[in-house]
Amino acid sequence: MARPAHRRPGQSRKAQYSLFAAYVVAVTGAVAGLLLAILSVADPVGFAQLRVASHEITAPIARVTRSVTGSISGIDDAVSAYVSAGSQNRRLRKELAETRRQLVATSAMQEENRQLKALLQLQQTNRDAIANGYLLTSTSTSSKRLALLSIGRNLGIAPGQPVRGADGLIGRVLSAGPSVSQVLLLADVDNVVPVRRARDGLPALSTGKGNGDLDIRTLNIANNPFKPGDILVTSGTGGLYPPNIPVAIVVRRQDDGALARPLADPGKVDAVSVLRPYTPDNIEAAPTPAPPAASAPAGTP
Amino acid sequence: MNQKGPRLGEPPSLWRIRLVPVASVMIASALPLMLPLIANSPVLPPLGLLFFLCWQLLRTEMWPVWVGLPLGLWDDLFSGAPIGTAVGLWTLASIAIHYASQRIYWRGFYHDWAIAALLVAAVQALAALITHPHADTGRVLGLVVPQIILSALLVPLFLRLTGQIDNFRLRRR
Repeated sequence: MARPAHRRPGQSRKAQYSLFAAYVVAVTGAVAGLLLAILSVADPVGFAQLRVASHEITAPIARVTRSVTGSISGIDDAVSAYVSAGSQNRRLRKELAETRRQLVATSAMQEENRQLKALLQLQQTNRDAIANGYLLTSTSTSSKRLALLSIGRNLGIAPGQPVRGADGLIGRVLSAGPSVSQVLLLADVDNVVPVRRARDGLPALSTGKGNGDLDIRTLNIANNPFKPGDILVTSGTGGLYPPNIPVAIVVRRQDDGALARPLADPGKVDAVSVLRPYTPDNIEAAPTPAPPAASAPAGTP
Repeated sequence: MNQKGPRLGEPPSLWRIRLVPVASVMIASALPLMLPLIANSPVLPPLGLLFFLCWQLLRTEMWPVWVGLPLGLWDDLFSGAPIGTAVGLWTLASIAIHYASQRIYWRGFYHDWAIAALLVAAVQALAALITHPHADTGRVLGLVVPQIILSALLVPLFLRLTGQIDNFRLRRR
């Protein structure tokens, strides 16, 4: 039982004024805070340095806890997998069968692709990583999906660089500090990635749902062409993410597109590479004949 | 006055009385970014907010009503929400607690639980809406519902924890 508060300051003018002043400060500060929040939504870069500085404080501790315990990954995944184990098992069996079939088809296509590329004498686009690091920790109490990357400006990391794991795309660098940087994960609600279907190059947009899944929407709304098991890769459209990085696999159809699951789970990935952003400068710098040729595989099926 | 050391039964130092609650909220706010946990959804309850509310429910007069301004700013640095969100929402929450403690003269355990659960739900929902202004409202709210339910169920535990820390804070030597 909490003691009743003595809110009445009595006859003392000083006590009355100080109580009143506390409320004035509180209300003014609250309003200013909310305005600041709206401002920092509109201009996320302006306040990023403040947050980067605070993350520099926690990063050493995160490094230690990570090295001691390893990554406690996907607690939420484990719980939801336990709940839906039966249906998941059925779905996975179906996916496995589907994937085997696709694997055979893909290996044939890869061989064909290799021969065609040899014919065209196209060199593999040089997509050397700027640096490699690992994800230390992430925000887990708010709806924003930000992860902390173990490297920063010391290794040439700058905002806007794509980040990928061995299995696929992880996200992009939002802001870089001296020794850590923040990665906006693929599953964030505000992270939109232009993708295409690996099979036929059907263009689409992937938006995070905030709970680990992705929403896939086609650009032509006439019909819904997605099937469970479709693999989506980055298309290179829009110029941030280089083409042909695996992004997601379609889990089920929805009325306005499809629900997909990222191929690279940031909670399970060990090391990540930070790539050069896919800007015209970098494309020209790459040893490809010409920019149109470099982007040709992205646009055509 | 004995300058050598503390005497038996003497109340704890003012530093300890003042700093322990503030430190507990600050550590709880920063803790999620020290764990090697990479979450795909908001899985952890807002630890800092829960301690903040529990301290105010337990000791309504301990802090001035504007204490949410600095503590909220600290939480914003670590939560990932746009800076200023918790500054505003936490302060409004503490105004709400002060108002409730005037209205409900003898607050009981269930009052405290209900107030904390309501405030956590409101703060987390509004923070999510501020964070994603362009996204679909229903979807954003659906994102934080599991977290809100978890937090509401954990409020008694956090009240207990706060009580324990309060005992430590006021323990006589």
